[in-house]
Amino acid sequence: MKTVTLTLTNPPELMLEGQNITPDNFAGKKAAEIATLDVWEGKQKSPLGKYFTVEGDGGATAEETKIVLRGDCTRVKRIGQQMTAGEIVIEGNADMYIGGWMKGGKIHVKGNVDSFCGIGMEGGELVVDGDAGHHLGSSPRGEWRGMQGGVIRVAGNAGNDTATFINGGTIVIGGDADIHISTHGEGGTVIVKGNAKGRVGGQMVKGDIYVFGEIENPLPGFQMVGEVEQEVDGEKGRFAHYIGDLGERHPVSKGKPVYANLYTRI
Amino acid sequence: MPKKIENVGCPYCGVCCDDLVVTVSDDGKKILEVENACAIGNQIFHHATGSERVKLPRLRQPDGTYKDISYDEAVDYAAKVLYNAKKPLIYGFGSTNCEGMAAAAKVAERAGAVLDNCASICHGSSFLAIFDNGYPSCTLGETKNRADVIVYWGANPAHAHPRHMSRYSIFPRGFFTGKGHKSRKIIVIDPRHTDTAQVADIYLQVKQGHDYDLFDAFRTAARGHEIPAEVAGIKREKILEVIEIMKKARFGTIFYGMGLCHSDGRNHNVDIAISLTRDLNDFTKWTIMAMRGHYNITGPGAVWSWQYGFPYCLDLTKKDIAHMNPGETSSVDLAMRDEVDAFVNIGTDAGAHFPIEAVKHLRKHPWITIDPNICMASEISDLHIPVGIVGVEVPGIVYRMDNVPIQYRKVIDPPEGVISDEELFERIFKRLGELEAEEAAKGPAKVAPVSVRAEE
Repeated sequence: MKTVTLTLTNPPELMLEGQNITPDNFAGKKAAEIATLDVWEGKQKSPLGKYFTVEGDGGATAEETKIVLRGDCTRVKRIGQQMTAGEIVIEGNADMYIGGWMKGGKIHVKGNVDSFCGIGMEGGELVVDGDAGHHLGSSPRGEWRGMQGGVIRVAGNAGNDTATFINGGTIVIGGDADIHISTHGEGGTVIVKGNAKGRVGGQMVKGDIYVFGEIENPLPGFQMVGEVEQEVDGEKGRFAHYIGDLGERHPVSKGKPVYANLYTRI
Repeated sequence: MPKKIENVGCPYCGVCCDDLVVTVSDDGKKILEVENACAIGNQIFHHATGSERVKLPRLRQPDGTYKDISYDEAVDYAAKVLYNAKKPLIYGFGSTNCEGMAAAAKVAERAGAVLDNCASICHGSSFLAIFDNGYPSCTLGETKNRADVIVYWGANPAHAHPRHMSRYSIFPRGFFTGKGHKSRKIIVIDPRHTDTAQVADIYLQVKQGHDYDLFDAFRTAARGHEIPAEVAGIKREKILEVIEIMKKARFGTIFYGMGLCHSDGRNHNVDIAISLTRDLNDFTKWTIMAMRGHYNITGPGAVWSWQYGFPYCLDLTKKDIAHMNPGETSSVDLAMRDEVDAFVNIGTDAGAHFPIEAVKHLRKHPWITIDPNICMASEISDLHIPVGIVGVEVPGIVYRMDNVPIQYRKVIDPPEGVISDEELFERIFKRLGELEAEEAAKGPAKVAPVSVRAEE
């Protein structure tokens, strides 16, 4: 695997849109060619090399390309958007849409990320060591087919609207989550290891949610049906099992309605 | 002999009353009387001729004062600001006509700007919910003629839409509602006991920020499942009573306002309200409607959706690709994240409505206000361009809160020399084209943009 190191030496005045920073776009290109790829600051299109110094060449394919981003990328959006393979390591913070619509490969952010990260995700892995903003692994606006697959792991806290319209895949939040988890969900799994503030599983049709801590404001549409012993993300525990959202429509399978499951640790 | 003009549309709120009678002095210069309008609509007409108006654009000077300049100079300044900025923001449009909005969109596209309207801080969350979940709505006429159960949720029309209740929802006698308010059940759901709640048959004091939970309880109860003894501060018996009334209605309408759009959860509160409306249609006929604020704030949604496919928060910086994602491309977020470097405030008052932090961020860059009157935004601007008042001095199309277009007319002429929003934007558009042509003539070596400030 070949490594391309980008160092942000000339930070943008506004926000930088770096949708071209993916192993797919860097593959088969020399460092000098990578420096000519387009990035946007508002309406101004510039070569990547205006803001970043580029070291190292891309691999022959996306799978063989690793990108390391150094410097403060707090104001750089869309890194790793739509990537299909390879690896990206962001040494500090990053802005919005990190790993949005990604299909494969791995992104590791060592700092925090802003909102809309991992939206419309179909595969691959997004790991954030810090906190994530709002709409983590959510669906893009107006899209009723949300996250399809892949794994998102956030070590810290997440904002609101996590996993809206989730259809598949797994999201693990190490800390607390704000309101709205898996709203309109039709599949997938969300694991919150801290507390959840409320509206967990609102309008949810199918899918699973695990909350290890407390839910501050549980919804009236969820009803407890029993207790289960389960291993969740490597941790064994006893969970109270709720079904819901009873206010929402539910499909019928083998003569029985299928509900979404919410588990809270006892 | 003073002239009476009948069936005049009112340029105040989203109800768009079109039954006003305006009396104009015989020289056609002064508005003498306004009949049928509410106190606020009345004031808008009288303000046009009863107060000192700004008649020329005003440019901020190095000593902080304003100096009158010509419209040509103002157009040139505005075009240069938009041309030189990397990401200008054009925001407002609550109080102008659709012709002005279409012209502004042309400018935004040519300048590579972000185009946003007041829905961004108002009913924008309704758009997001509508994208996700549809909009089972109707016209106000249907509500007037058919509805026997009315729900006001998080809305206070007694103050914000003064004639809404008397024209469409509670008091009018319609085709199938001949008994007026005697045959209607009014349900008001609000954390505060508002003046609207005073006319309600049933008032539910929902716990602030827990509307979503209450909607979920209504939906769960409507499907026959058990609900907890108390949800969002409302007892189970009361929830069951209200859902029974809703299920037994002949025709119902939920009118909702900022209580849903701007409490925790925002679009999700509207989203679940739409889901409840859909559920209730399994039993009877129910509709839902946003209580849109300004008389033509529904307009930009209609005009820009037709032009670009999105109603608000349009990022046109890539010119041939329109991108919309509120949270990123919405005005307040752009300002707070320091993501724009020029600001045009048109037909609204961002100085009064935006969070002070957002105003401070925007004020770091050139700020242009386009408004007939002196307002907070005009007083902190680099440039203030006065225009004619739509509905009083300028005619045009406006969209009522139920998406019905109405042709507004003018009752008097604007002050001498004052132009309309549409003409102003057309002139800025033309000037932008000239600047582009000048730049192209210079060859490919485009210099880095330099921001234009009035102080310089």
